[in-house]
Amino acid sequence: MVARIQVPKEAKRGELIAVRIAIQHPMETGFRFDHSGKPIPKNVVNTLTCSYGGVEIFRAEMGSGISANPYLQFYTRATASGELVFEWVDDAGERGSERVAITVTG
Amino acid sequence: MRRRVFALIAAGLSFAAMAAERPVAGVTPVAMELPIPQSMPLRMQRPIPPAALKQGSAFTSEANRALQADEFANPGMLWVTRGEKLWNEPAGSAGKSCAACHGDAAQSMKGAATRYPRIDPGAARLVNLSERINLCRERNQAAAPYQPESDELLGLSAFVTYQSRGLPMNVTIDPQNARDFERGRDRFYRRMGQMNLACAQCHDRNWDRTLLFEKISQGHPTGFPIYRQEWQTMGSLQRRLRACYSGLRAQMPEYGARELVELELFLAWRANGLPIEAPAVRR
Repeated sequence: MVARIQVPKEAKRGELIAVRIAIQHPMETGFRFDHSGKPIPKNVVNTLTCSYGGVEIFRAEMGSGISANPYLQFYTRATASGELVFEWVDDAGERGSERVAITVTG
Repeated sequence: MRRRVFALIAAGLSFAAMAAERPVAGVTPVAMELPIPQSMPLRMQRPIPPAALKQGSAFTSEANRALQADEFANPGMLWVTRGEKLWNEPAGSAGKSCAACHGDAAQSMKGAATRYPRIDPGAARLVNLSERINLCRERNQAAAPYQPESDELLGLSAFVTYQSRGLPMNVTIDPQNARDFERGRDRFYRRMGQMNLACAQCHDRNWDRTLLFEKISQGHPTGFPIYRQEWQTMGSLQRRLRACYSGLRAQMPEYGARELVELELFLAWRANGLPIEAPAVRR
């Protein structure tokens, strides 16, 4: 799975930072049928978590109402230099993860 | 029963013909005539003069344009990212990556997309950018070609096209591709399908007018491959052209059909001078 993540490389301590993530995924709803009439099984990214310095700061539970290639954005406060770890899993059991480092000054 | 169906179809057709001819009060009649210039200098005159060219995105909503302009939120960028990974990955039994020969795509592929479709000397036929990528895989990487509309092929062509973002389309018509070009033009101006419409009727004559909820665009290929909300995924120009065929209720050519590549060449020439805006976002 391809994902794009945008986190500022550097931030001042206490600064509010925007975290953006986009994941390439078909987000199959389970309500569609293929050309031969067979139902296409539901397959969506059901859970996405983000931890910062080992602490979970964001969790999203998604269902069939989310469009393909989900794009999420949230804000967090820059507390210490460290890594943001993103992990997600879809209904087929396929897992993805990305790590982004951030340097906090001041 | 069968006769009744025929009668219904005949009635439907004659009604459609009447509706097309009879002017309705308050509605400007849609231009239906399709003069194809016959003399050579006139034939090379652009159907839409360069000063009047407008990007496909100019006909979409403001929200859609904002999504396209946001380099992160633009969903097409996911395919560009995928293409960038593939560019640097060794593939095939030759074990070579694209980067092994072409190096940094930002330099080597800059402007490449503006010159396609073009004649490939090895294959001695007109190829579009995706076909060129597959030819390169077969020749230099000894790898199997990607399937049309696969995420890999769309990814690589999006990545390569992205290197030309902002550069004007620049295809040349020369004796080698003149026949393909003429066939492409012929297709563009020929009525087809049960709707009996030619591409030109919408995209030359009636662009900027509303069809259902949409503004009709000028039909330029500069944004492709595009992310289309309706598809919920990326798609090539051929997929979009096939959708137009389907809308005309004409028989859809297969992916890679010569007919489609010839049409792509005509469209590229028709858009000469217009900057590439791929990966574009459409509704």
